Amino acid sequence: MDKISQLLKLLEKTDYVEINEFRMDFDELELQLAPAMQRVMQQAVQQQAMVKKVSEKMEALEFIPPVQDYPGEVAEVQLGAGTRKPVFLGGQKALYRFEEPQPNPPVVTFDVFDIPMPGLPRPIREHFADVMDHPGDWAKKAVKEFGANMVTIHLIGTGPKVMDKTPREAAQDIEEVLQAVDVPLVVGGSGDPQKDPLILEAAAAAAEGERCLLASANLDLDYKKVAKAAVDYNHAVLSWAITDVNMQKTLNKYLMKEGLTPNDIVMDPTTCALGYGIEFSIDVITRTRLSALKGDKDLQMPMSSGTTNAWGSREAWMKNDDWGPTDYRGPIWEIITGLTMMLCGVDIFMMLHPLSVQLLSEIGSTFTKEYLTTDVPDISNWITELE
Amino acid sequence: MQVTAMDIYKLLPKTNCEDCGEASCMAFATKLSEKEAQLDLCTELDPEAFAELEAILAPAVREITIGTGDKTVTIGGDEVLYRYELTYYNPTALVIDIADNLADADFQERVKIIEDTQFERIGEMLKLDAIALRNTSGDPGKFAEAAAKLKSTRFPLILCSFDPVAMKAALEKIGDERPLIYAVNENNLEEMASLALEYDCPMTIFSPNDLEKMKNISRALRNKGITDIVLDPGTFVETGVGDSLDDFVMIRRLAVEEQDEDFRFPILGIPALTWLYEQDEIQGGIREATIAATLMNKYADVLIFHGTNIWELIPVLTLRQGIYTDPRKPQAVDAGLYEFGDLDKDSPVLMTTNFALTFYTVEGDIKGKTNAYLLVLDTEGRAVDVSLAGGQLNAEAVADLIKETGIEDKVETRTLIIPGLAAPVSGEIEDESGWEVLVGPRDSSAVPGFLADLKEKS
Ligand code: B12
Ligand code: SF4
Repeated sequence: MDKISQLLKLLEKTDYVEINEFRMDFDELELQLAPAMQRVMQQAVQQQAMVKKVSEKMEALEFIPPVQDYPGEVAEVQLGAGTRKPVFLGGQKALYRFEEPQPNPPVVTFDVFDIPMPGLPRPIREHFADVMDHPGDWAKKAVKEFGANMVTIHLIGTGPKVMDKTPREAAQDIEEVLQAVDVPLVVGGSGDPQKDPLILEAAAAAAEGERCLLASANLDLDYKKVAKAAVDYNHAVLSWAITDVNMQKTLNKYLMKEGLTPNDIVMDPTTCALGYGIEFSIDVITRTRLSALKGDKDLQMPMSSGTTNAWGSREAWMKNDDWGPTDYRGPIWEIITGLTMMLCGVDIFMMLHPLSVQLLSEIGSTFTKEYLTTDVPDISNWITELE
Repeated sequence: MQVTAMDIYKLLPKTNCEDCGEASCMAFATKLSEKEAQLDLCTELDPEAFAELEAILAPAVREITIGTGDKTVTIGGDEVLYRYELTYYNPTALVIDIADNLADADFQERVKIIEDTQFERIGEMLKLDAIALRNTSGDPGKFAEAAAKLKSTRFPLILCSFDPVAMKAALEKIGDERPLIYAVNENNLEEMASLALEYDCPMTIFSPNDLEKMKNISRALRNKGITDIVLDPGTFVETGVGDSLDDFVMIRRLAVEEQDEDFRFPILGIPALTWLYEQDEIQGGIREATIAATLMNKYADVLIFHGTNIWELIPVLTLRQGIYTDPRKPQAVDAGLYEFGDLDKDSPVLMTTNFALTFYTVEGDIKGKTNAYLLVLDTEGRAVDVSLAGGQLNAEAVADLIKETGIEDKVETRTLIIPGLAAPVSGEIEDESGWEVLVGPRDSSAVPGFLADLKEKS
């Protein structure tokens, strides 16, 4: 074979050069393009050699799953004791279930409020309108009808600008909810940094031995008081930092100095809703979980997501005919916000809408199963089977 | 793994001849490492160095273009497993399916819906990327006919059939448009591979829940010289989604961390399969969006949908926009004075921050709906309450902004309307700027109403 035909033959097999618009005499080509041609040829020859090498060891390649070793693991936190059915969070020894399934599935805790909350979005009020006057009934409905694993009682009414309920009144609300359901509770304040520690302390005392999650301790309030209440009455603490891994580490260290252990702490690295900075949360939560598995002792706690934030997004609540009905937009916004956090490693979700809770739990429940142990349907004819 | 400029520089000729348009080989190496230049701009490379550089510059996941001319979408190109390590490249292509046995009017209607779907967010028009034609009829003739009809759309195409005869018939019509062939499996390997080579089209491997088989098919195709490959490890909805997630993650980990040549390709997922089990339009839509979000979070580069309701697509488009923003760049707009509508000396003056999301939200709320000046404060791309908490939004900065923009020459009013969330600094702004401050609504959607009330009162 002469050089040119050899080249053209090789060109058939290579994708490096376009020859479509090539109109030249071979002589001319040889003269003008000799160096470039040389290069192309060499590449083509190399490629051929490689292809040959590869095809020689063709028969039946083995697939080896890319499983990694992790020096660290996530602590397991028990919520619920005494008269509660316990729920366990965390305990992961790996990032993905093909490496090692996680011991506990992600958990959803339904939001319940101590006041009727006229501000809740309509698709949610619809489900709970009949029980909103009584946090106990509200909690019961969440558990009985919507299968909540847990209930979060937000003591919003204690806010100085809301109803300024006293710590005593807060304690009564807690008692009402404890009576009504036997699932573990998350107890949240109103967000007032002065009052929350006092409220959480009273709630902790009222729920002594029931192992609630006190929400939350952060650097802007008297976290020592919150930690002490947890230690004194056997509860766990939610450690909340705003999308900042270093802030989270610092706060966890402080809490552990107060006598809490990693088995008593759940972290809230902050959930920015879909479309409102969710990517910041993705990054922070991913980094936090990876650090835990790599062995950072200050970050080896399970994580929580305030998924309910999603309902603050315009796309979830604002009427706009071009976007379709809010009835569906709201739940999807909440699911995708929570789901995204779940795929980054979050263990417990505070949520509002029954459908969102159901879908999130469905996917979360797969995290404890081994790879290839679920019955999956035959999808090999999907092209024609789909209507 | 991403290569450094130094790794690249070592292999360059180091003559600093400037033929590539850069002042030095080092400058060119930097450009290459940031994916801002093409290797072939360097004229001095010998073949070995060229091949070596090309190999180290290749992204962990091969970048593949579907379509030709102005009908293209590019997928793949990723270098990392987690976006914070660098950034993700080439947003997931969102594709809608269309059956080849639809009646003509329905077919055209569906194409139109796909083409018209859009949603504006943060100053960006979010759209779909391609159409997947399904050989639902099982009839090669129908498939080819439908493919021909799609010649006129402005979207690149995916041709879905496991039947090589149907695939060939469709490629005879539109093979020159470089559609993505879907799909090769163990039964049709030889025929489909020849078609991919003959028409120079990228092709998908379908190997549901069997990565070993996928690896073998991938190797077989590569041995034939096929380089543009897309991987579909099967999309299982409901509880099977756990397996799909494992498959997706394993493929990407092998590509990025182990440079396993058989898996260094984009991944395709099919949330549309939701509709095999769910007939209810609303439940189905919500579930399909959920599966799509799951797979997009874990490395899907192409997703095929069946539902077209806007309420189901908006959250997926929004998630894509978030995941694919570049974490290295602040999401900010230029600070300064912006004008909306017919303005005069009595026009109201509003203030907001230069976070892209904040600015475009406010812009969307006032543009065409009211007349106003808008002062945009440089908060290093932070939202109103974020910058208030972080200190970038402060009285002094606002007073400076008023001076620098020359707004005082444009209006006689000396009243600044600030966002409701900025209320805590209203007094300080008055003191610093000498302007009166009016605290506006918390949400900017209420601004036009607020301004109308104001006008009525005066
Ligand atoms: C995403 C986010 C971040 C991101 C930043 C994103 C960014 N580029 O801004 C990150 C992770 C970096 C961040 C950091 C911090 N954050 Co932050 N963050 C948020 C979050 C979740 C969403 C903010 C957002 O994007 N809003 C959407 C935009 C569009 O809203 P907006 O700018 O306010 O605009 C609306 C209105 O103000 C109004 N509007 C806007 N302009 C105008 C103009 C006029 C004339 C009118 C009338 C109305 C109007 O309409 C708009 C549309 O609704 C909020 C919580 C929440 N859900 O709101 C916390 C939040 C704002 N952060 C908070 C805090 C404390 C912080 C930090 C200080 C934490 C820390 N200690 O480091 C830092 C500060 C960083 C800094 N500035 O240096 C607190 C603020 C508390 C407070 N009010 O004091 C919040 C409320 C969380 C909380 N509950 O504690 N945060
Ligand atoms: S063309 Fe090549 S050799 Fe010349 S300066 Fe650029 S990189 Fe260096």
